[in-house]
Amino acid sequence: MSKITLALTGNPNAGKTTLFNALTGARQHVGNYPGVTVERKEGAYEKDGFEAVIVDLPGTYSLTAYSEEEVVARNFLANEKPAVVINIVDAANLERNLYLTCQLLELKIPLIVALNMVDVAKDRGMDIDVEKLSLFLGVPVFPIVARSGRGVDDLMLAAGDMAAGRIAPPDMGKLKISYGDDIDQTLLSMTDMIRERNLLDKKYPSRWIAVKIVENDEILIQEVRAADSDLADRLLQEAEKVADHLLKTFDTYPEALIADHRYGFIKGILKRGIITHHYDENRLYTSDHIDKVLTNRFAGPLIMLAVLFSIYQITFSLSALPVTGVETVFNWLAAAVDGLLADGPLKSMLISGVINGVGGVLGFVPLIMLMFFCIAILEDSGYLARVAFMMDRIFRVFGLHGSSVMAFIVSGGIAGGCAVPGVMATRTLRSPKERMATLLTVPFMNCGAKLPILALLIGAFFARHKALYMFAFTILSWIIALVAAKVLRMTVLRGTPTPFVMELPPYRFPTFKGLMIHTWERSWQYIKKAGTVILMISIILWAMMTYPGLNPEQKASFMKERARVAALYEPGSKVSEKRLLAIDNREKALTLQNSIAGKIGVAMEKVTWLSGFEWRTNIALLGGFAAKEVVVSTLGTAYSMGETDPEASGSLGVRLARDPAWSPLVALSALLFMMFYAPCFVTVVCIARESGSWNWALFSVLYSTTFAFILSTVVFQVGRLLGF
Amino acid sequence: MKKISLRHMAKNQHGTITAVKVAGDLGRRIRDMGLIKGTEITIQGRAPLNDPVALRIRGNTLTLRNNEADYIEVEVDE
Repeated sequence: MSKITLALTGNPNAGKTTLFNALTGARQHVGNYPGVTVERKEGAYEKDGFEAVIVDLPGTYSLTAYSEEEVVARNFLANEKPAVVINIVDAANLERNLYLTCQLLELKIPLIVALNMVDVAKDRGMDIDVEKLSLFLGVPVFPIVARSGRGVDDLMLAAGDMAAGRIAPPDMGKLKISYGDDIDQTLLSMTDMIRERNLLDKKYPSRWIAVKIVENDEILIQEVRAADSDLADRLLQEAEKVADHLLKTFDTYPEALIADHRYGFIKGILKRGIITHHYDENRLYTSDHIDKVLTNRFAGPLIMLAVLFSIYQITFSLSALPVTGVETVFNWLAAAVDGLLADGPLKSMLISGVINGVGGVLGFVPLIMLMFFCIAILEDSGYLARVAFMMDRIFRVFGLHGSSVMAFIVSGGIAGGCAVPGVMATRTLRSPKERMATLLTVPFMNCGAKLPILALLIGAFFARHKALYMFAFTILSWIIALVAAKVLRMTVLRGTPTPFVMELPPYRFPTFKGLMIHTWERSWQYIKKAGTVILMISIILWAMMTYPGLNPEQKASFMKERARVAALYEPGSKVSEKRLLAIDNREKALTLQNSIAGKIGVAMEKVTWLSGFEWRTNIALLGGFAAKEVVVSTLGTAYSMGETDPEASGSLGVRLARDPAWSPLVALSALLFMMFYAPCFVTVVCIARESGSWNWALFSVLYSTTFAFILSTVVFQVGRLLGF
Repeated sequence: MKKISLRHMAKNQHGTITAVKVAGDLGRRIRDMGLIKGTEITIQGRAPLNDPVALRIRGNTLTLRNNEADYIEVEVDE
């Protein structure tokens, strides 16, 4: 027997994820729904012999076709027919939460209501009669506190019983929300028409189809049309008739009337003594008092800046020690391999390809984990919604949406995100144009993979003002991204703005478990990338940088030089060693220049000299297209190849600072280019998928690279004229 | 009693929604979030740049832009 599927559904901020984490712990799997990029979270649950797969559906306020999340949630419920659907309802916000419940009831699915945060409701002076609520809704209701786990066992016991058929699923047949005489009449005749032809009867209840058509739900109408276009026309005619009538007589739309009646139904239930308020409903709670300060006209923005800046300080100061630790481990590993293996291609590959490549990336894991941890706190506490609230006026100026903030922040608006989830976060945006503008500009932010480059070059050339430079580069990435968005919205992406309406959820203390799962999920994605894609690329790049190698004449010439040194100086003396080392370095530099990558890099110098890049930087930049992390590892490989003296093998930063081809101006120009040129390949693939077209992905690569090159060239040339 | 648009309500002003005069996505979103005829609201405050506006509805907080508030007609005490 295949495992039982349970689905969790509910409003955003109702505690759905908290319950999901409590039920599944670390046994989670995050993927995507086919065709769209809404996250699909799945986890295994097992207790007392009851095993189930729990699917955490995206949080929605409704089951219309307002956003992809809503469409995904309702398709999942209709197509995959989960054995039990648990609807998490925020007890302190019952009326609005039951709006979704109403729609779930109409879908006639085996529903259990989990009344969450009953403790908060109680603190707010609300008493909820659970039994009565269950009676009037016609489904089982369980009071729970997902954070502490109170009541969760009873809930799952009932879910197990319902799944196993030990308790009958509630009889949804009798529940009918009335939408007023006019609409009810139309629904009745439409339902008959639908039943007659068995329209989509495997998926949806017939009345639900009728309601959706009257609501003018485009996605469902399309589906109906595909199934039976003749019937679709007749149904639409009916719907139009009632719509015209309503507009003439009541000056209102069917959707509005349906929403009014749903809320009316809820109010009707709640009035029957289900909910008792001991205090004034609108009195202010702690959360509101906090908001008075945090979103205050003057203090709010200042606190926001302070919060964002302190995240840098915390992340960089706390991660310093573990970063050094990881580096030490990899240095030790390289030394061990060096001692164990004889010189040759294998040793060269292991040290230059594998250890340097992966070590360079893993060294930044502690930093990225801390950064993700900080972001998770902001997200889970509810502060990010306030950031969107405060930033919207500014974002709108650039043709974006307050919710774009999320995508920008996830991408690295607070340095250390990743453009891949950032590009995915744009799904919450409805207007295709604002979404596209966000999609195409979020890769400009300083993602976690660019951090190593920033840290490396800032550390090497601007060490005295590390935090200041990091902050300045983050602000710069914001400015460039926003201006680019505005330009896009005025040219290729002209159009009207999307609804902003959103909730400012009460502040909550993030749960430790939630934070850890959050942090680990994102860090693991990064580590996995390091272990797979980057390891592979690192080895390919090593091969490109090693082969075809020197020709026999060149080899002979170096042998001759060595022989001359041996003849002139006493073997083993300081002078002799120094001369031999110089020859080694030149030989290795020549090998690299001779290699496939070197040839490409050298060829690119014809253009890149304008912005001050020499061929080794060019190779690293090429590698960076595969994944930005590779820039650092490639630079490491490129420079460690030209050097074998153990005395001088400090960090890569020290080596760059000493290299004559680099200067603070070159570093600045390179930093600017690396921040703004083509997004990494993974991001480009995501952009193609999110925008539904490879043309947009290609556009993204071309416009950003062109822009970055112009920017770094201008900076380098002007800087040189000014004598830097 | 007089009817004004939500945009013109002052901070801490209280009122009852009498109509939401917009269809389509915006209308749907507004209704999904619980802003329907007969709902009592209080203006909680405004963002630092005066827009969007935050309002109390049934003990919770929602926020929307001024140009969206334009479609919401509210009955307020003089």
